[in-house]
Amino acid sequence: MNRLLIAGLMLLATTAAQAQNTAPVTVKDAWVRATVPAQKATGAFMQLTSTEGTRLVGASSSAAGTVEIHEMAMVDNVMKMRAVPGIDLPAGKTVELKSGGYHVMLLALKGQVREGDSVPLTLVFEGKDKKRQSIEVKAAARPLNASAKGGEMKGPH
Amino acid sequence: MTMLRNLLLLCLGLILAGCDRPHWNGVNMSGVSWGREFRLQDTSGRERTLAEFRGRPVMLFFGFVQCAEVCPTSLLRAAEVKKQLGADGKGLQIILITVDPERDTPDLLRDYAAVFDPELVALRGDEAATRKTADEFRVYYQKVPTGDSYTVDHTALTYVFDADGNLRLGEPHNLTAEQVTQDLRQLLKPKADT
Ligand SMILES: [Cu+2]
Repeated sequence: MNRLLIAGLMLLATTAAQAQNTAPVTVKDAWVRATVPAQKATGAFMQLTSTEGTRLVGASSSAAGTVEIHEMAMVDNVMKMRAVPGIDLPAGKTVELKSGGYHVMLLALKGQVREGDSVPLTLVFEGKDKKRQSIEVKAAARPLNASAKGGEMKGPH
Repeated sequence: MTMLRNLLLLCLGLILAGCDRPHWNGVNMSGVSWGREFRLQDTSGRERTLAEFRGRPVMLFFGFVQCAEVCPTSLLRAAEVKKQLGADGKGLQIILITVDPERDTPDLLRDYAAVFDPELVALRGDEAATRKTADEFRVYYQKVPTGDSYTVDHTALTYVFDADGNLRLGEPHNLTAEQVTQDLRQLLKPKADT
């Protein structure tokens, strides 16, 4: 009886996880820049690939009070960082959140992000049908002085 | 005709003297009348000026800690340049001036700077001193609200000073450490080839 109940619960849990994971998006190399103790904000970077056209419209994290999608632009050597309503993900095309472009901005951090930490992120996508689906991601914390040029792991040695 | 001949002779002379015009990867700022001095506090509260670094080349960057990537990557690049130069760096000094003194407390700045280079000097001033310094170095910065917080738009050039304290180059953010190192090597090259 007990065993059956557990099996049933496990089945339910699996179904729930799958239901949550129906967004057609694959997330690769998600990472977040580690911080020093009193630092209240940092950026998260990753590669997103969707099998069908969709849009990243929001994010949240238990590690931060506020999470925004940001675009960084360099205009006449002036760095500008702005919140954007979303990032379009055309079908089959990998969109990189990296240096010189988009990032997920974690604000009002609840604690220091240490190198090697695993930071939970919930990414919310909106399909053409306006239906929203979310994906849970664990972003690994790379050193504060890690390069953000691309997906590759490149730290100082 | 004479002019052309003179020009040819001049070119020949320049080539023989080996003083062909240097090519910089960054923006040549030699001879500008600004960017001469600052007077700000380091993280231990001591007053520092650019003049006290005479005798050593300086790389100066304006930024802030809550900056997602331009600031850490610029400081990382400066630290890499220092490493690549090795002994040729002749005590290359990296300096960070915060454009967000409100949030960048001395303790936060000290912890942050040490991650990139233990010798990095991080400086701050009050609002008036920060604005005055930014104006002197033609650095634009502006607070921009985002959510219930704010970010700071700011000039992301890394300034390079020669050992005599003269502003020589502005290195844009998109240049690699290798390109900046190339500029530094050229700048630190002994002048006299006699
Ligand atoms: Cu940002």
